[in-house]
Amino acid sequence: MCDYDVVIIGTGLAGYSLAREFRRLDKHSRIVLLTADDGRSYSKPMLSSALKQGKTADTLAMANAEKMQETLSTSIITNCTVEKIDTEAKQIFTNKDTYQYKNLVLAVGAQPIRLPIQGEGAKDILSVNNLTDYAVFRRHLSSAKHVAILGPGLIGCEFANDLLHADKQVTVIGPDHYPLSTLLPETVGTALQAALTAKGVTWHLNTVVESVDKTPKNYKLVLKNGVCIEADVVLSAVGLRPDIRLAEAANLTTNRGIMTDKFLQTSAKSVYALGDCAEVEGKNLPFVAPLMQGAKALAKTLTGDATAVDYPPMPVVVKTSFYPLVILPPAPFLVGQWVSDSHAEGIYARYENEEGQLVGFALSGAATADKQKYVKLMSD
Amino acid sequence: MKKWQCVVCGFIYDEALGLPEEGIAAGTTWDSIPDDWECPDCGVAKADFEMMEL
Repeated sequence: MCDYDVVIIGTGLAGYSLAREFRRLDKHSRIVLLTADDGRSYSKPMLSSALKQGKTADTLAMANAEKMQETLSTSIITNCTVEKIDTEAKQIFTNKDTYQYKNLVLAVGAQPIRLPIQGEGAKDILSVNNLTDYAVFRRHLSSAKHVAILGPGLIGCEFANDLLHADKQVTVIGPDHYPLSTLLPETVGTALQAALTAKGVTWHLNTVVESVDKTPKNYKLVLKNGVCIEADVVLSAVGLRPDIRLAEAANLTTNRGIMTDKFLQTSAKSVYALGDCAEVEGKNLPFVAPLMQGAKALAKTLTGDATAVDYPPMPVVVKTSFYPLVILPPAPFLVGQWVSDSHAEGIYARYENEEGQLVGFALSGAATADKQKYVKLMSD
Repeated sequence: MKKWQCVVCGFIYDEALGLPEEGIAAGTTWDSIPDDWECPDCGVAKADFEMMEL
């Protein structure tokens, strides 16, 4: 049995950031990170601009687990599958060993949503949500000319943009009326679509893929609207769902994510959740800025200084280099409307509430240069 | 003047431009920025930036 002060499950950005922030405050408590993969540290946002940056899966890796153990002064157990968490006894059962914790942090991330699609090609549809997935994607990409992307959301559009840098032919498919429709007003979404179309992206919107068949050469996609497409690689980017499996099995309160209070504590004392898996006071924010805020607050809490997470305005940067975006989506319950100021070089879109106050924004193209100014306007 | 890239989110700090909205004047070198400064896009610590090849 291995006893630790802190056990962190997950060595993604959340797990490693928390360990790093913890070590800034406390160099002596015993920490172990458990990961199902090889524990290489990497930045997920960089996966969807790797081709532009000239990086491979291997060069995206910043440090291996051994180096991270040294840098963080923690143990890291790789290829470790957590089988069960006993929150009463504070024990974690895995395929490697059993771990005893004082405090446990679930940083298990999210899982890609897989749509039910017919055809023998459907099982070959790729999704990329970690470095290992990305290596597989790049292997298939090397001999591919045409990539079909399911999902015209943030990740789908970033990958579409990045594939253009590798001279691939790209088709994006989805039920939305325009790209990033859950985050953007129509003016900006259609402008993004036009910008990527100008660079060669083909769009099949207002429809979905019904089946993917496999031929000796490639894949044949049949869309609900009757259109047939051939592609060499099919990439699914239709959304993520927080991974709540371990939490559910351990009888923690879950909703879409693992539910926590503003201290990131779950329904079990001494068990916390951070990153894409967490639903903090009802909000699941699968982005880096909220993760970093969470990591800093949680590190303080775990070292004796209970600190509620603070979420200042945190705009989402969309790395579609041919038409960049910075988006601060309005909170879901806010009533208001989008007001767009469009120029050829970019759009300033403000989400104004009934009093005319700025409660969200979307900047595109050259207008993204003003993001700090808009963040300040939001804070006032 | 050099450029520094955040290894997590790709934000680029250009010494020639500075970050006037944050009170960092154009021409401010990386060394002169306080250690507790964070990436304006993602909140990562200054120590986690990397110098970008020009």
